[in-house]
Amino acid sequence: MNEITEVPSPFCGIGTDDLTMQVDGLSVKVSENGCAVNTPAFEQEITDTSARVAGQEVSLEVAVAKAAELLGVSNQPVIGGCATDVNGMRGVMALADRSGAVVDNINFTAARRNFLALQDTGWMTTTLAEIKNRCDYFLVVGVDLEGFAPRFFERYLWNEESMFLDDTSQRQIVYLGKAPSGNAATSPKGVQAKVLECADVDLPEVTAVLRALVKGRKIVVDTVAGISTDELRTIAEQLKAAKYSVVTWAAGALNFDHAELTVQMLTEMVKDINTMDTRSSGFPLGGKEGDQTANQVCGWTSAYPARTRFSSGFPEYDPFLYDSKVMLENGEADALVWVQAFNSAAVPPITDLPTIVVARSGMAFAEEPDVFIPVGTPGIDHVGHAYRLDNVVAIRLKKLRDSGLPSTADVLNAIEQAL
Amino acid sequence: MLIKLTGGTVYDPASGIDGQIKTLYVQDGRFIKQPAADVQVDKEYDLKGKVLMAGAIDMHTHIGGGKGNIARMLIPEDHRSDPVHRSDITRSGCGHAMPSSFATGYRYAEMGYTTAFEPAVLPVNARQAHMEMADIPILDKGGYVLMGSDDYLLRMLTAKKDQKAINDYVAWTMNAAKAIGVKVVNPGGINAFKFNQRKLELDEQNAHYGVSPREILQVLATAVKELGVKHPLHVHGCNLGVPGNVSTTLDTIQGIGGLPMHLTHIQFHSYGTEGDFKFSSGGAQIAEAINNNKNITADVGQILFGQTITASGDNMRQHANHGFANPDKWVCMDIECDAGCGVVPFKYRDQNFVNALQWAIGLEIFLLVDDPWRVFLTTDHPNGAPFTTYPHLIRLLMDKSFRNDMLATIHPEAQKMTTLGSIDREYSLQEIAILTRAGAAKLVGLDDRGSLGEGAWADITVYTENTDREQMFEKPDYVFKDGELVVVDGKVVHTKWGTTHIVRPEWDTSVEQDLQKYFERFMTMKVGNFKISDDEITEDGRGSLTTHSLNGIA
Repeated sequence: MNEITEVPSPFCGIGTDDLTMQVDGLSVKVSENGCAVNTPAFEQEITDTSARVAGQEVSLEVAVAKAAELLGVSNQPVIGGCATDVNGMRGVMALADRSGAVVDNINFTAARRNFLALQDTGWMTTTLAEIKNRCDYFLVVGVDLEGFAPRFFERYLWNEESMFLDDTSQRQIVYLGKAPSGNAATSPKGVQAKVLECADVDLPEVTAVLRALVKGRKIVVDTVAGISTDELRTIAEQLKAAKYSVVTWAAGALNFDHAELTVQMLTEMVKDINTMDTRSSGFPLGGKEGDQTANQVCGWTSAYPARTRFSSGFPEYDPFLYDSKVMLENGEADALVWVQAFNSAAVPPITDLPTIVVARSGMAFAEEPDVFIPVGTPGIDHVGHAYRLDNVVAIRLKKLRDSGLPSTADVLNAIEQAL
Repeated sequence: MLIKLTGGTVYDPASGIDGQIKTLYVQDGRFIKQPAADVQVDKEYDLKGKVLMAGAIDMHTHIGGGKGNIARMLIPEDHRSDPVHRSDITRSGCGHAMPSSFATGYRYAEMGYTTAFEPAVLPVNARQAHMEMADIPILDKGGYVLMGSDDYLLRMLTAKKDQKAINDYVAWTMNAAKAIGVKVVNPGGINAFKFNQRKLELDEQNAHYGVSPREILQVLATAVKELGVKHPLHVHGCNLGVPGNVSTTLDTIQGIGGLPMHLTHIQFHSYGTEGDFKFSSGGAQIAEAINNNKNITADVGQILFGQTITASGDNMRQHANHGFANPDKWVCMDIECDAGCGVVPFKYRDQNFVNALQWAIGLEIFLLVDDPWRVFLTTDHPNGAPFTTYPHLIRLLMDKSFRNDMLATIHPEAQKMTTLGSIDREYSLQEIAILTRAGAAKLVGLDDRGSLGEGAWADITVYTENTDREQMFEKPDYVFKDGELVVVDGKVVHTKWGTTHIVRPEWDTSVEQDLQKYFERFMTMKVGNFKISDDEITEDGRGSLTTHSLNGIA
């Protein structure tokens, strides 16, 4: 039995790095600071240790050769999933460049809502330590934050000490849209969060009215999607009165048409507040299972986020055209590579095309792929780097055990070399 | 492997060689003395009539770290017209104003550059900066760690900690972030912006800490000197871009009290308030101050006309300038009680009075600073212009008639407000070699780079003499990196990975006890997870660390 402390998690997105692990051979148990997201992800057992071709166990070399053979005759492969660490994503990018593939991260359709807003008008954002030490007013829009990250409030809002607040329990928490699923948002002194509920599809209207109120525009109705205008006006005034307000949302939770406009409404509202003699910042929630990592590495190696095509011999970005799911459905691809080193439940889309799966041990398939190569999990089976949700901090992932499983990068680099 | 480079005209200011015809020998990546006659030469290059310089060094270019990636993400439309096709030996990429990492390496190498330094490495983002730079092929790289708006330092100053404690913290941070220098951006200003201060004068106090930029500059410049770090404190001063900031800059120069200080992108800090537009050139005053203060060095941050994107740690000033964003979109970010960043696209236009005068001010400073060892050729990529404009800039410095032809095309009122047309100076090849090689290596503190002398690493650029200096410098005949031929006729023919240049100043290990407490109380990661280990740079076999000497320490 080996105890390993200060273990960072690549699973939760918020960069928790205070976990303690009991490691016994291949068994990993979270003994301190686990949560509903991290504990099962760390404790999942290794089941597959061998690569398979057409369901038959083969050596890694044989599986790599078969993968290269399938990609070698492909004209438009797609690499989906893209859930791995920095080195794994470097491997994705090298393989995509050589094979002329499309690269598409598993969460890009959600992330697209942020990228469209970013690429149209930009934004002002902040990071976790600023929230922990400065935020006096926290507005959560359209997401159950506690469900998203169970330890968010404990770590970043109800911290015992902060540099610039005398008493962190005085922070004001407001939920707009979705109600929280538990009590994590209740302050240590028992003050509950204010909750103004509405349906997801009404958020565009509600946020538009909120921004208008922040700017002092006249609103002639008394209620908006069931929320009283006076309540929204109070939020607007509180945002302007706060010293350092933070407005947070999760693009993944804004699952309605043109949600990018709602993201933009919020981010432009934040910009407005910063012209009103106080400070405010946006804070997009995301970063689970390597989605920020995928966008960051794709960003520096290709100059575009992770929905990019290489079949012209250079990177081309289109957040709609190069949606791997749509390409598969429309017959625009002729091979699929699925990369998912974190979550064995995130299986590849069903397709008749040649399929190569490079994924976490334990993935169960409705239909056996042509090639399956189980890989180690970053932060458990090998060292690596992963990005936290705020995009600034890359956490250094530890190796906890000797499983002998190759890394995503090992496998993808070998396929690329074999091409 | 023994290489003979025969008969080239050598410009090697580090060795005092100014245009002499020489034959050079390279063995296993380094220059050696002429070997005995019976030693077999593996490869000989006939360089008669060619110009030889060391590989060029860009001492201030934003090529690694989060703000650059935000810049890339922000302007996909700018990348589309500038694709880089993959080849059998090179990766694809794209990006005009802010190219992808692979394209960055190839384009620098194809212009004869072999080393580049990222000047704004936030400690908390240093891991990203190194990972991005690890994907820049061919070049050696390194970074200056950004301090001065971090709450930890400001708390130390408020608590009146002594200089020794500051020195320990600076050294600890340099080691943790794997840096070769220390940078300060708008000293304390990034922090003050978080408290809703919108400007910070040199002697104005931070609303929370009661600390002024001048105090921050003094303690950091002292720390850098006392730790023996060769690169002087790298200073992006107060009031970037503000008309009238020439007086702040002059005050900064006087106020540092003779300590070594490098003023970066000084063009953006050299503005007066005269004339109908209340905007005038302070270039001559700044150049005179540099000439008179031997402790001061500066790089220019020349602007050149066209589309670019500015990416800076100075979110206070970037926020103030967001109204000039073109296209109209921008990002500002507060970062981890450490620093911040601001990313604003800009289109500099020759018919815009301010832009035109900015162009002239940069050139005035280049031409009026007497000592080429104390001024450096930068555009503050991508802020003033993309680094790919360097050959054009070199021609502006070397060719007076070309410069005056360009001057005649800019906004007429700007022409009246500059003395540029009356300056006759034309830089020589030797002076260009100082600005872009020998001087840069000396300034940054590289022990065995930037020279063609015996023992130095063989980073070499070979040009064909051409009176059109832009053509000459944009397409070298050959570029060698560590003695390996990487570019022929301006095209990459072979790639390799460069090293990461660092220093390791010593610190009292007890400093980490306080840091540990601070991280536990206020930060979002453990101090042990914050520090970058050597193996993070070297573990995949392609990266390496080169540790340089400190002043006073062998």
